[in-house]
Amino acid sequence: MTNSRTVRALQAAAGIIALAAGWQILSMVFPHYLFPPIREIIARTIEILITGSLLIDVLLTAGRIFGGLFGAFILGGILAMIIGQSRSAENFIAPVLTFFQGIPALSWVVFAIIWFHGIEFRVLFIMVMTTLPAFTFQILDAFRSMSKDLFEMTMAFRPSRWSLFRFLIVPTIVPGILTAWKVNLGNAARVVVVAELVGATGGVGYQLLRQQQLFDMAGAMAWTLQLVLFVLVVQQTIAAIENWALRYRAVSERAM
Amino acid sequence: MSGVDAVIRFKDVTKTFKRPDGRGDFVAVDRLSFEIAKGEIVAVLGKTGCGKSTMFNIVAGLVQPSSGEAKVIGRDPFREFEFFRGKVGIVFQNDRLMPWRSALDNVRLGLQILDTDPMEAEDIARAWLKRLGLAGHDNDYPHALSGGMRQRVSIARAFAVNPEILLCDEPFSSLDEMTARDLRAEFVRLVRQSNKTAIFITHQINEAMEIGDRVMVFHRPARIAYEATLGAAVTEDARRGINEDIMRVLAVEQPR
Repeated sequence: MTNSRTVRALQAAAGIIALAAGWQILSMVFPHYLFPPIREIIARTIEILITGSLLIDVLLTAGRIFGGLFGAFILGGILAMIIGQSRSAENFIAPVLTFFQGIPALSWVVFAIIWFHGIEFRVLFIMVMTTLPAFTFQILDAFRSMSKDLFEMTMAFRPSRWSLFRFLIVPTIVPGILTAWKVNLGNAARVVVVAELVGATGGVGYQLLRQQQLFDMAGAMAWTLQLVLFVLVVQQTIAAIENWALRYRAVSERAM
Repeated sequence: MSGVDAVIRFKDVTKTFKRPDGRGDFVAVDRLSFEIAKGEIVAVLGKTGCGKSTMFNIVAGLVQPSSGEAKVIGRDPFREFEFFRGKVGIVFQNDRLMPWRSALDNVRLGLQILDTDPMEAEDIARAWLKRLGLAGHDNDYPHALSGGMRQRVSIARAFAVNPEILLCDEPFSSLDEMTARDLRAEFVRLVRQSNKTAIFITHQINEAMEIGDRVMVFHRPARIAYEATLGAAVTEDARRGINEDIMRVLAVEQPR
């Protein structure tokens, strides 16, 4: 298993190295303001990470992503539980969520700017509205995949609603919740940049707008990398939580 | 037996289900009447689809009769669902272990639902695992246990709450004969020791005669086609006669 992990890590590294090499070659052919050398991008990336006043923008964006995802997760979880227990509620709520899913993130940005004044509330609103349908449907799917056998077995002990939720429902939906977080994290990272680009005075999106105005490609790449690094770190953290929470699964299920 | 002494009492119980294709009703249990006394083990035999499991689910309080009266400890198991908390233990055909819980935690489930003190629950669960030959497997997850071991865990889970009534739905049918024989013997010993009342559903005549104080043979839809009392006083010749009678009754073609 360790060998296969090493091979996978090497393959992933090879892909990134090939991409970087391609970029470096382009930087030799084209002017640096279009394709800055890798060394310069890395230096600017490190500069952001070690400069407090710049790092705060990264943390601001991270906070907005987490805030939005957490809000959508809580709201989506509640909606999923309501829909899961009532066909009428599903008939009422599901079409609305499907309708929301069809609205582009940029439209939500425009709506938020027209409707609200506070920057943070605008971003939170945009984040929640764009990730809510996916969270709801993914948690609902996990809830509905609950084993009838396990449900009957648990009911045979006559649990209270709280016991049923704690001992059966939560462990059943945990894999679905983790998947929902992984999927929505990438979406949220893209949406937050759009939201910040248009209506914020801080954050990675705002900084990207500044780099565009300065025509600074190395800066744009460095700020983009901040977001990529953030997503990678959080994805790895979720993967670690997943490995711990789903440790009961047979090894063969995770060996590949 | 007078109705007052009976721990489980069915009087003209009928259960009908709607056919999935919407074409009328399907009768699973047809005016079924019987009584089971405290400490009695009753084996229920019948062909697949004869309504044994529906009767089982009515006793368990998981299904409501369409008509007639089903009483367990003098109460309605469906309407007075809460009353039976900790009073009924069930061993199902498949082990129905929660894959995310260790063997110990699976045995502890019923005790947790009953709000037993955590330390006490752990001691009880450990003692039951040891009693069923699973000492040292406390922390193993179900996927790491053999079929026989998993079924032992499910038996331990049922006994751990010290129920007055045990319901067993073909609990050893998926095991090899050697393992099933050992577990059967262990099961009967445990039930007799604790003077529990038990309904044991099976489709194997030998198993029914080995376990039951009484054997009831069901025809489709569930109604008693044959009944015989067993026990130490019954001679080998009489047992052979009962065995032949059961085979004859089961051989009768039953309408679907």
